[in-house]
Amino acid sequence: MARWEHFAHGADVGVRGFGESVEQAFEQAALALSAVVADVSTIAPSQSIEVQCDAPDLELLLVSWLNAIVYEMAVRKMVFSKFRVAVSGNSLNGSLAGERIDARRHDLAVEVKGATVTALKVARDHDGNWIAQCVVDV
Amino acid sequence: MRCGCLNEVELAKLRKKRNMDRQSLERHSDFEWWIKPTGRMRVPGIIYAGEHLIEDMDEKVREQVTNVATLPGIQRASYAMPDAHWGYGFPIGGVAAFDPEEGGVISAGGVGFDISCGVRTLRTGLTAEEVEPQKEKLADALFESVPAGVGSTGAIRLSEHEMDEMLRGGARWAVAHGYGIAEDLERIEETGCASGAKPECVSREAKKRQSDEMGTLGSGNHYLEVQRVAQIFDAQAAASFGLHLNDTVVSIHCGSRGLGHQVGTDYLKSMVVEGYKPIPDRELACAPIRSDLGQRYLGAMRAATNCALANREIITHLVRRAFHEAAPKANLTLLYDVSHNTCKIEQHVSDGRTRELFVHRKGATRAFGPGNSELPSSLREVGQPVLIGGTMGTESYILVGTAESERLAFSSACHGAGRAMSRTQAMKRWHGRNVIQELGRQGILIRSRSFRGVAEEAPGAYKDVNDVAEAAEHANLARRVARLVPLICVKG
Repeated sequence: MARWEHFAHGADVGVRGFGESVEQAFEQAALALSAVVADVSTIAPSQSIEVQCDAPDLELLLVSWLNAIVYEMAVRKMVFSKFRVAVSGNSLNGSLAGERIDARRHDLAVEVKGATVTALKVARDHDGNWIAQCVVDV
Repeated sequence: MRCGCLNEVELAKLRKKRNMDRQSLERHSDFEWWIKPTGRMRVPGIIYAGEHLIEDMDEKVREQVTNVATLPGIQRASYAMPDAHWGYGFPIGGVAAFDPEEGGVISAGGVGFDISCGVRTLRTGLTAEEVEPQKEKLADALFESVPAGVGSTGAIRLSEHEMDEMLRGGARWAVAHGYGIAEDLERIEETGCASGAKPECVSREAKKRQSDEMGTLGSGNHYLEVQRVAQIFDAQAAASFGLHLNDTVVSIHCGSRGLGHQVGTDYLKSMVVEGYKPIPDRELACAPIRSDLGQRYLGAMRAATNCALANREIITHLVRRAFHEAAPKANLTLLYDVSHNTCKIEQHVSDGRTRELFVHRKGATRAFGPGNSELPSSLREVGQPVLIGGTMGTESYILVGTAESERLAFSSACHGAGRAMSRTQAMKRWHGRNVIQELGRQGILIRSRSFRGVAEEAPGAYKDVNDVAEAAEHANLARRVARLVPLICVKG
């Protein structure tokens, strides 16, 4: 069940994660985000970083989570390929594992400027599986 | 906990692009389409585009133009330019002006994440024939000089104090510190510095993101191009702009880098949580101009604008250095620098009186007509150069603002071609290496560290910029002056 995809949006890209739990859907959405920037299969999860975020609701928590990753990518010049999420209420503890950007190895495409609240959705389908998605600005 | 259930139909809807419902538009001319005010709309929506562009336009543009028309204090109409496409909150290619005296708002999404992203074009003083023998050397020198692409860093490091000075001073700060020349300033909007910038309203995170990104181009659709003037439409305006057939120019497209992106991120969140309510969709998050949040955002947005102006000035300095090395006869003079993700205070007539309005242009440029007092004296008679970026394989355009544009759309015009295809589709269809080879056969040199980036930006992934420029002219928003074709393109 756990998987991710991109969806089309004008000039930008939509990221969408599916999972059996909200945590898994958030982890998959993070992978979708990473895949906008680089080929995730080329990124070794050798260095781990912890992040923490809060938001007034679960949908904005997804935006905060993705923006936390965008921020870490930008200031550390890293890309990530492994994510772990624990959600408690409207707070999130996450870990990101990856390595420093290497233009020769990572098949880089485009940097992400930020996650938006456009096409933002965190919801469950009728089978109880979770979907977490929004548009990211590139 | 805010969440809901999705059925298959809703999920399918989320996946699919729908073209605009033509029946909902009222045709006022071949290039002007109205959305009549209904429900909570305070003003009509007006889309400027030819039939061909309208047919291809996303239904989301109509939705977003309609939503913007519901915001308080909006004046005259909610506008979309010929290159409009689905944005966040506001359409990209959206123009909307708000009066603070009528409870008008400012919106982080209405400005965009890449605050003051824009294009500047410099004349080189060289003809295409003079550049030709140096082309490879010049392409390498430019690629070497200007950091571009994901994770690239610049050589400049600013202390906390220097960063704040840069955020207050913009391109003027850059020139004072040896990047760029004083003559550039009058050819930049607001002579290179947005007044009212408040660095104290910019978060520590935003400043940290900028710490090693001064003088970097970025990635995606940002570029640095050497172009040839391939066609002149308006000889008189071209002469005023100092452009002649077969001249070469340099165009730089980039924005406020990490700092602007983080300011957009920070304030979008603040506006969603504490901003004006009710709004039809959270993506339209905004704050009254006369509120603490609105004022803080304005101060931060202007600081980010200055970051963008300083950044383009520093890149210009690096470009001049590269030319000095590879084509020393060149003399690079700035034609104009125009931002296309902005909110600016301007005087406009609305409802019969002159008002001070906050004009949002998201993916749209200013297009001041002849006589506008904000233009430098050297351009006042002819009007403002309007720079429309194309793709790396196709044309770009230089237009000039018209007198009619003030009445039509608060003196605004379009900014680019707009994507016709998603990045994922483009990546599947093209390989960067082949795109570079094909363009090479056409005499266009591409320099990029990323094949995938090139594939995603393949010329075929964009709409035809010729249609967009033509529509802007037919709608009287701006008049075509010159068509440019690329010779060298440095991509992120």
